[in-house]
Amino acid sequence: MLEIKNLHASIGDKKILDGLTLTVKKGEVAAIMGPNGSGKSTLSYVISGREDYTVTQGEVLLDGVNLLDMDASERANAGVFLAFQYPLEIPGVATMTFLKAAMNAHARANGQSELQTPDFMRRVREAAQKLGVSQDMLKRPLNVGFSGGEKKRMEILQMALLQPKLGILDETDSGLDIDALRVVSEGVNALRAPDRAFLVITHYQRLLDYIKPDTVHVMARGRIVKTGGPELALELEKSGYKDYVGEAA
Amino acid sequence: MAAVQETVDRVKAIDVDAYKYGFVTDIESELAPKGLNEDIVRFISARKNEPEWLTQWRLDAYRRWLTMREPTWARVHYKPIDFQDLHYYAAPKSTPGPKSLDEVDPELLRTYEKLGIPLREQELLAGVQTSKVAVDAVFDSVSVATTFKAELAKAGVIFCPISEAVHSHPELVQKYLGSVVPVTDNFYATLNSAVFSDGSFVYIPPGVRCPMELSTYFRINEKKTGQFERTLIIADKGSYVSYLEGCTAPQRDENQLHAAVVELIALDDAEIKYSTVQNWYPGDAEGRGGIYNFVTKRGDCRGPRSKISWTQVETGSAITWKYPSCILRGDESRGEFYSIAISNGYQQVDSGTKMIHLGKNTTSRIISKGISAGRSNNTYRGQVSAHRKASGARNFTNCDSLLIGHDCGAHTVPYIESKNATAVFEHEATTSKISEDQLFYCMQRGLSAEEATALIVNGFVRDVLQQLPMEFAVEAQKLISISLEGSVG
Amino acid sequence: MTLQRTSAEAALAADYAARRPVLFGATKMRDDAMARFLEAGLPNRRVEEWHYTDLRARMNEAAPLRSADAAAIGAARERLTSLELGEAIVVVMLDGEFNLGLSSIGARPQGVEIGSLATALLDPANADLIAPPGLGEADSIVSLNAAFVQGGAFIRIPANMRVERPIALVNLLSGGPRHAAYTRSFIELGVGASATVWEISENSGGETQANDALVIKLGDLAECDHIAQVHHRGEKSIAVHTLLATMGRSARFDSFALVKDTGFVRRQMFARLEREESHIGLRGLSLLRGEEHADTTLVIDHAAGHCESREFYRTILDGSATGVFQGKVCVRQGAQKTDGGMKSQALMLSDDATMYNKPELEIFADDVVCGHGATVGQLDDNQIFYLQSRGLSRAEAQSMLLQAFAQEALDHIADETLRERFASEAHAWLSMRSKA
Repeated sequence: MLEIKNLHASIGDKKILDGLTLTVKKGEVAAIMGPNGSGKSTLSYVISGREDYTVTQGEVLLDGVNLLDMDASERANAGVFLAFQYPLEIPGVATMTFLKAAMNAHARANGQSELQTPDFMRRVREAAQKLGVSQDMLKRPLNVGFSGGEKKRMEILQMALLQPKLGILDETDSGLDIDALRVVSEGVNALRAPDRAFLVITHYQRLLDYIKPDTVHVMARGRIVKTGGPELALELEKSGYKDYVGEAA
Repeated sequence: MAAVQETVDRVKAIDVDAYKYGFVTDIESELAPKGLNEDIVRFISARKNEPEWLTQWRLDAYRRWLTMREPTWARVHYKPIDFQDLHYYAAPKSTPGPKSLDEVDPELLRTYEKLGIPLREQELLAGVQTSKVAVDAVFDSVSVATTFKAELAKAGVIFCPISEAVHSHPELVQKYLGSVVPVTDNFYATLNSAVFSDGSFVYIPPGVRCPMELSTYFRINEKKTGQFERTLIIADKGSYVSYLEGCTAPQRDENQLHAAVVELIALDDAEIKYSTVQNWYPGDAEGRGGIYNFVTKRGDCRGPRSKISWTQVETGSAITWKYPSCILRGDESRGEFYSIAISNGYQQVDSGTKMIHLGKNTTSRIISKGISAGRSNNTYRGQVSAHRKASGARNFTNCDSLLIGHDCGAHTVPYIESKNATAVFEHEATTSKISEDQLFYCMQRGLSAEEATALIVNGFVRDVLQQLPMEFAVEAQKLISISLEGSVG
Repeated sequence: MTLQRTSAEAALAADYAARRPVLFGATKMRDDAMARFLEAGLPNRRVEEWHYTDLRARMNEAAPLRSADAAAIGAARERLTSLELGEAIVVVMLDGEFNLGLSSIGARPQGVEIGSLATALLDPANADLIAPPGLGEADSIVSLNAAFVQGGAFIRIPANMRVERPIALVNLLSGGPRHAAYTRSFIELGVGASATVWEISENSGGETQANDALVIKLGDLAECDHIAQVHHRGEKSIAVHTLLATMGRSARFDSFALVKDTGFVRRQMFARLEREESHIGLRGLSLLRGEEHADTTLVIDHAAGHCESREFYRTILDGSATGVFQGKVCVRQGAQKTDGGMKSQALMLSDDATMYNKPELEIFADDVVCGHGATVGQLDDNQIFYLQSRGLSRAEAQSMLLQAFAQEALDHIADETLRERFASEAHAWLSMRSKA
């Protein structure tokens, strides 16, 4: 489903991704772990099309289609969903207005007709209920005044509504207490499906207790340096990243 | 918290008179006759044996000055200055031009010792200071001593009185003098151009990091004397210099005029850090006397990636009219302004900065902390502007004011002007008083109201103090508590 | 030092001398004001408060006054219909003069006094009301208004009366050749009274010069919502609007102004909080494009303690438009426990636009909490990316954020009908932009 080949990317003069290669299959949950500064967040931005980054070499294919030719919204409509580490607050934009605009954009891109309001309301309500997103949150401007946990739940709610092919979770556990982590993880687990893949980016093993990965990749110095099964994450929990930090230097 | 304890001790030690630099040095001086005309301008130029071009430059400025009017836009009030009732030149008689410190009048050396500015290099080395500071001491109209010249010369750094630089490095002076603050810039700068006496000249050659802090210490001594110093600092490509300026004056009933001009030029990748602790005599408790500090300071970030940073602690002067500014001409250049302005008694402060963004991706930062006490007025006035081509310009401004007492004023007047869609300017300002809760908390722990105030004020200004070189920061912190003496209840 | 008079200033002096015998009432007020005007001249760059709006340079010539003819009245009647003022109590000034025929004041509650300024000034005591001492006196354009005022409404709402229907003050300028109009209206809300004042000021294009003033006097506990819309088309038009407000104890005044499609406008508000516990809120949205120039200048005078002031202005600039925001909050000695907060935010959509921001604090009391913030910039790239990552195109994302930026200002309008009306006008302006 997702194929990344020899990806090089930089921001300004600073090289961050340095020949990263990674394949994620349909239905697979792949965890990306690595020390701070290894380029994990950059990877999520480069896949989803943030303009600050320059890709100097390599390919990113989703179902064989090169994502690098598309802008961020085209990639989103092609099925890439990024759950942000720090979801943006957007004052003045009502959450419902925003959700409808996003769902309609997806519908249009897939050649479907736009949603009727009652249908839209029903879908949002159902998804919100599952994630414990209150009506009050839906009434407020997008993410404004939300707690850390509320923001993360709002991200998962959006993922549930937009039904992506590839969900990227960027440090979704950061800033969450155990209860919030459980709710968010259950939300993600409910979305696991045979034709959907996940890239779970995390610094700690903790999140992987809740979202069980099929594969674990260790990232350091802008590339994947080791790949294994879930046991690799446990190993890292014990030994830390020190073995990987200096390696590519 | 050692510094705080020191502050507290210092406050306790203060007797009736808070201004400790108010003594007069009894020294014989050569004075120009009172008044200003072309002959006086020629006299000053002749005393300094200046080349013809500079004499003409001064005369042009003088003629221009005659057509100008004093600025009135600042929030300061004072009786009209009689510019004909001032001496425009005063020099200790045994000078000018001592060859070594041994030739300097011992009375002068004692003056600087009293001020805490040792001029003898061995004293500096033996002193408590851990790092070396080269000092240029300016007494009324002339520079009396410059230390560490030889050591600086080894690094290629030129640090000397500007009167000397006119002779020793005429090409540099002629090229840069008036290139940042044009002769016609404003009333006081033009006056300064006509009659400037002395000041420091600094040139840092390409790629050189100046091996020590450079410092000039200004002292007005004579009665009815204007001080018009002129400082010119050039940091050539890739160089760095940190420069400190300090000032004091004796206690006198009449007002004294100080109209200085400081020009900084930073070429490609160069950095200049300019720090001032201004402690001119502020006048007495009834508002009599004190220095009129009407100063033009401007830096030109001429080359790409150059940086100029102004830090000022303003505690003295009856009136302060001062806006150290940065012209951000070079692409990616940066300007900074960190200021603490404290006013007490009848002091009036109208001070701030200008950040003029001309080049691409230029950035600037302004942190201003104003504290008003007594019957003083303290105004922050600052301009941030992005010109049409200044794409990617960024500014962040934070200006906070604190009022202590019911009879003072704190004012904020920012001018934010953007002509470029990609420029992003953020400005925030607050005015408040010291929180009763904080005061109570400190007092409950045993501090007096005054100690608690000093403690809280030091916290309020911490962001700016951190920008000062170490030796100055300690001095400044003491000065702050002294300046606020008598402001609490 | 007297400066050389410009031809416009000379023409105004001559015009005043010629008109003086026929101008109604308040001769002393007019003469004093004209003397002040001639002393200062037209506001210009050298006047600190007008530094960014050089009226002297803009106003090459002083346009003559003109009384509306039958055709103008007919056109005004049509315009009033299309304005859809609903159930409002409508007072109309046409080309500077109060026009009872176009007004519909029949629906006013009993006890509410609504009439022509000219009539009210037959009683000399009323002259003091329409020029509150010490408020805006130093401003030469306010003086010019006082000297030349042709007409206006004179409204008094008795104590404790709640006027439910909005009172619409409509200042219309007819088309045709270049002309000027001067209005001044007065509204007094007695103790505990409340009303919504809806001010509409517009021309029919062309080279009009409008100088309107509104004087609002709020008694203790009075409450007033003020909504203004300014619409003076024409590249050479000039509109100057002054609001002079005085407020009693525990009074509330909330104002919102929408400025768009206006060639050159200066809106200035002088407010004095004279007694404790009052609240003033001044807000607005300016949508500027082309060569438009819009200036909002506020002076809030906290003369008494324990009052609260809030200012919130947003400006969107496109084309080579110029926006000016000047806000000055003054806290007098003794006005303790003042709570003042001011914010001005501008979005620049074009490299040719210019925004000037000058939020000022002038504080003489120590126990206060005052602050201001000002930002100038573009839409936030992070927000655009976030919206794009959810599938919106770049243009859709920008449009959504612009709407939100405007909406946050509009949300301050208390009256729901007016809020929606303004929102749809702002929406139309923004969609026109995204199509262009």
